[in-house]
Amino acid sequence: MIDYGKILTGTITGVKWSGIRKFFDIANTMEGVISLGVGEPDFPTPWKIRNCAINTLQKGKTRYSSNWGLAPLRSEISHYLNRKYNISYSPESEILVTVGGSEAIDACLRVIVEPGDEIIIPQPSYVCYEPITQVCGGVPVIINTKAENDFKVTAAELKEKITEKTKALILPYPCNPTGAIMERKDLEELSEVLKDTNILVISDEIYSELTFGGATHVSPASIDSLYERTVVINGFSKAFSMTGWRLGFVCGPEPIISQITKLHQFAIMCAPTTSQYAAIEALKSCDEEVREMMEEYDIRRRIIVKGFNDLGLTCREPKGAFYAFPSIQSTGLTSEEFCEKLLYSKKVAIVPGTAFGDSGEGFVRASYCYSTEHINEALERIGEFLKEIK
Amino acid sequence: MNKAILKLLKKNARMTNEEIATALGKEVDEVKAEIREMEKSGLIRGYKAVIDWESIEKSSVSAIIELQVTPKAGYGFEEIAERVSKYPEVESVYLMSGVYDLNVVVRGKSFQEVAQFVAKELSTMESVTSTATHFVLRRYKDFNVDLGVKDPDERGTVSL
Repeated sequence: MIDYGKILTGTITGVKWSGIRKFFDIANTMEGVISLGVGEPDFPTPWKIRNCAINTLQKGKTRYSSNWGLAPLRSEISHYLNRKYNISYSPESEILVTVGGSEAIDACLRVIVEPGDEIIIPQPSYVCYEPITQVCGGVPVIINTKAENDFKVTAAELKEKITEKTKALILPYPCNPTGAIMERKDLEELSEVLKDTNILVISDEIYSELTFGGATHVSPASIDSLYERTVVINGFSKAFSMTGWRLGFVCGPEPIISQITKLHQFAIMCAPTTSQYAAIEALKSCDEEVREMMEEYDIRRRIIVKGFNDLGLTCREPKGAFYAFPSIQSTGLTSEEFCEKLLYSKKVAIVPGTAFGDSGEGFVRASYCYSTEHINEALERIGEFLKEIK
Repeated sequence: MNKAILKLLKKNARMTNEEIATALGKEVDEVKAEIREMEKSGLIRGYKAVIDWESIEKSSVSAIIELQVTPKAGYGFEEIAERVSKYPEVESVYLMSGVYDLNVVVRGKSFQEVAQFVAKELSTMESVTSTATHFVLRRYKDFNVDLGVKDPDERGTVSL
């Protein structure tokens, strides 16, 4: 009988499954659950974008595109980044269209990580950076960001983690799950630590359109001294509600982007062409639609934050992304206990903070990609739950 | 006038002043005062539920009736429009551009009842020169609310 253990690599089998997979399996199969659990917008993709895709399908525009992505799309991305974040990249050599931000993260790590290389990863954060680093033979070095610092990476924390083996720093801001953002001065402080090093900044800006309360997203690449060492990753999933279209992009210095493109050319060929046409429409004509969605998120954000605070679960004001990250420490339960009990007793699904790293302990993530009625109902049930466990 | 408040109420007129205040980051008293002001000035004319009558009552029928009328000297269409509006069966009255003048939405218990209403009440009015009745077979969307089958949330319950 074949021994699959002899076939699979030790690096992939050595990567741990997420501990909360079981909880997810239960939550996803339980009936009648009211969820604040998902990490994707509830809005359908704006009709203009869908209609544009339908038109290109009708015309039979269904071939491979250039490896880099459609030229008009790269050009629109270049305009967009300039207009929104004041960063400039050449559409010819510094922008690659990818299969979601995910492919960009994967490819970027694969072209820079050699066995033993260290990648600095702030947590709590999205779950992919650590395992991909490991698959590449790299060593994830975790910065446990703190609530009292608004879950930002501080210069001191960064300095402490840098060694001769450090290859890159991941900056996952605006942050899933904490809702934290990095302001200009925060980034400038980091740039002081990074100057004169060979450390790359991989800036995952997938939530860049989603900032609130007067805050706007600042890309590290817009800081002069960081530009040369920053790779910007972004995509269409969150801002344009296009999760299933699987479309993102990566921009940065030509020597890095060209190697990522080499890998992409062999591994992927090109991002889905229909999605690329749709994305051109998104960038060209959907500012208004994005603004409408943002307004709605902002309303929900205020309701959910006040809701948690009124229930006695301290919730900082999230400045970005679409998650509230309240503390549940006052209940004396661990994050996982809290979420499991809440799921079984009130059928409300939220995600334990520990799903995003050990430093998520004491917190839970509640998505507000839901209607206000839905959010209110979930908050009501959480309120009943809190009374019962008192 | 406060457009942000109107936008919320248009979507959900049952939102409380407290909820609106939270949603917009305002004080409750401020919201209360602004809504009262908009009610007083007649900007907000009422609050109603959007009801899918057809799903519970087999006997509910609505029709769109096109009226051609002769406008009265000195009153234009105002007088006839007001008269038509008085009937409780009439849900809405619009003055239209194009081939006919007034668009009247009528609701009744049966096709017959609506037809009778048109024949007896509307078409007999002296300035009405012709009527055309279009019965509604099915409502898919009303007041921005989808009346079709609700799509299930395809996103699942939890994802990272």
